[in-house]
Amino acid sequence: MPNNYVPALLFALIALLIPLGTLLLFRLVRPSRPFAAKSLPYECGIDPVGGSRHRFSVRYFLIAILFVLFDVETLFLLPWAIQFKHLGMFGLGEMVVFLGMLILGYFWLVQNGALELE
Amino acid sequence: MPNATFFLISLVKCGVVLFVLLTLVAYIQLAERKIVGRMQSRVGPTRVGPFGLLQPAADAIKFILKEDITPDSAHKFLYLLSPALSATLSMLAITVIPIGGGTVRLFGQNTPMQITDINVGLLFILGVTSLGVYGIVLAGWSSNSKYSLLGSLRGASQMVSYELALGLALIGPIILAGSLSLRHIVEAQQHYWFIVPQFLAFLIYLTAAFAETNRIPFDLPEAEGELGAGYHTEYSAMKFALFFLAEYINMITVSCVATLVFLGGWHGPVFGPALLRAILPLVWFVLKVCFFLFLYIWVRGTLPRFRYDQLMAFGWKVLVPLALGNILVTSLIVGLLA
Amino acid sequence: MQVALFFIFATLAVAGAVNLLVQRAPINAALSLVAVMGALAVLYLLLGAEFIAFVQILVYAGAIMVLFVFVIMLLNAQPDEASHRSRVARIIGVPALVALLVEFAGFLATQFSDSPVRMGEYISSTEDLGMALFHQYLLPFEVTSVLFLVGLIGAVLLAARREDPPAAMPTAVSSSSAKTTPAELVIR
Repeated sequence: MPNNYVPALLFALIALLIPLGTLLLFRLVRPSRPFAAKSLPYECGIDPVGGSRHRFSVRYFLIAILFVLFDVETLFLLPWAIQFKHLGMFGLGEMVVFLGMLILGYFWLVQNGALELE
Repeated sequence: MPNATFFLISLVKCGVVLFVLLTLVAYIQLAERKIVGRMQSRVGPTRVGPFGLLQPAADAIKFILKEDITPDSAHKFLYLLSPALSATLSMLAITVIPIGGGTVRLFGQNTPMQITDINVGLLFILGVTSLGVYGIVLAGWSSNSKYSLLGSLRGASQMVSYELALGLALIGPIILAGSLSLRHIVEAQQHYWFIVPQFLAFLIYLTAAFAETNRIPFDLPEAEGELGAGYHTEYSAMKFALFFLAEYINMITVSCVATLVFLGGWHGPVFGPALLRAILPLVWFVLKVCFFLFLYIWVRGTLPRFRYDQLMAFGWKVLVPLALGNILVTSLIVGLLA
Repeated sequence: MQVALFFIFATLAVAGAVNLLVQRAPINAALSLVAVMGALAVLYLLLGAEFIAFVQILVYAGAIMVLFVFVIMLLNAQPDEASHRSRVARIIGVPALVALLVEFAGFLATQFSDSPVRMGEYISSTEDLGMALFHQYLLPFEVTSVLFLVGLIGAVLLAARREDPPAAMPTAVSSSSAKTTPAELVIR
């Protein structure tokens, strides 16, 4: 690992210890008097109706899977953007073909209403 | 191989950054209450200390001393983990943010004004913030409450949608700078700030950044009118404080990135004696970041909340195509000029 | 120290993978997989592959695993019931696993005795990666975009099919324009 990642690792360790440390340390000074009604899920003061585990609309799944696809495309854009000044118009041509496919898919999504939510 | 001095320097820098960060969070929060108060013809906190300046300390003591309630039906481990995870990841993103162009002398060695300088700084920030979604998803799921789960589902789909627009908006400036290193991106803006050629990208970034940090007008995950408090409905005391901390640190991170990528970072008029010359870049950087933080508060005091379907449609149908168009136009112009 | 870090994160990756197999609750298994991805990213960093390391985090931990966790939440997946342990699996599986590991170790020892991989200060730049990707591997890169398109269409069609009972489809189609696609039915 290049040396300049060592401080990042160190900071990650510190950043992990601080929240966990405060949570565990202040347990000593904090009151804890739970009773049945206090430990119920919050539902505006009324006894909870039904469970919280529902099955949700498949649209959320669709959003997530579209995100995965577009996110990977974005990552392909990064090395291209860095090198663009060296690649020049040839690079632009490459990316137009690549993005063209994406934009084609995007129009298909819009036309089919797959992006309409609720 | 890193030696003891290197570790010591890193440790000192980590300490300084954490201290500044936590103090800043405490006082942004006070500033927010003051400014929003004034916007609504109130005065905000005034009682604790002169002008209410000790209010953050009072809040902290309250967070520490309040009872920490864990619902019986919660998944205990994940319920504890998710606020800690949110706070950790938000802090981690600060690691690569440079606050000045030069170096500082610590223990007889020159070291950059950031915890560490890496070649892919912007990618580091994108990667770390992309993990932030777990904090929200796990909080909602582990609480085992309807409001929390709905809030976290909304929050997660909102965050991933706008993360896309955010990433795409940053491609334009990266083309201009030809680097992913935040330091190089700022150095590339010596003659003109990227906000000028990339104004559209700047607007897209700003909008997506508001959504990424779950702030008004995009605070759907916590929409108190409909979902209690969204994904952190069941959280109290210190665990809630950690979510709160994460939200404000994320605000600072995106403000810093906006400053570095679009507003020329620490560039600005430098004049006067040597000492002033050394300090001015830092002053410009801090002023620009404060401008963004003020913008956050200003928008909060001004705009109403989006409706959920409007929010998702706006992200996918307006911001993403605009950002893609911006990339093509930018690369065409850069290609023609080269 | 490089070697120490390697062993720490390699252990973490293996422990996460084992935990993934042992856990019965789907959400715990998914989170172990996230931990594995994180540990792998650090291993990439140790090899000097900065870009790949963060792409690993962004794509696998930040996108694909979010999708997994979403699916677990959406389907309200319950912990697996322990099935009756198959006798065949135990009799054939364990020796087969040992044989596989031995063969694998032998292969690595003979083929890669002179390791092409080095840990240390070495770093592969994103610039070189870009050059390789956009010159040498241009065709695979462009073909990838077709793959994305297929994935995108497939996802939408699958999601649409799941939501609508087949009986409802004819009426929905006839009531609207003839161009109605399965994806449109999701929305109605």
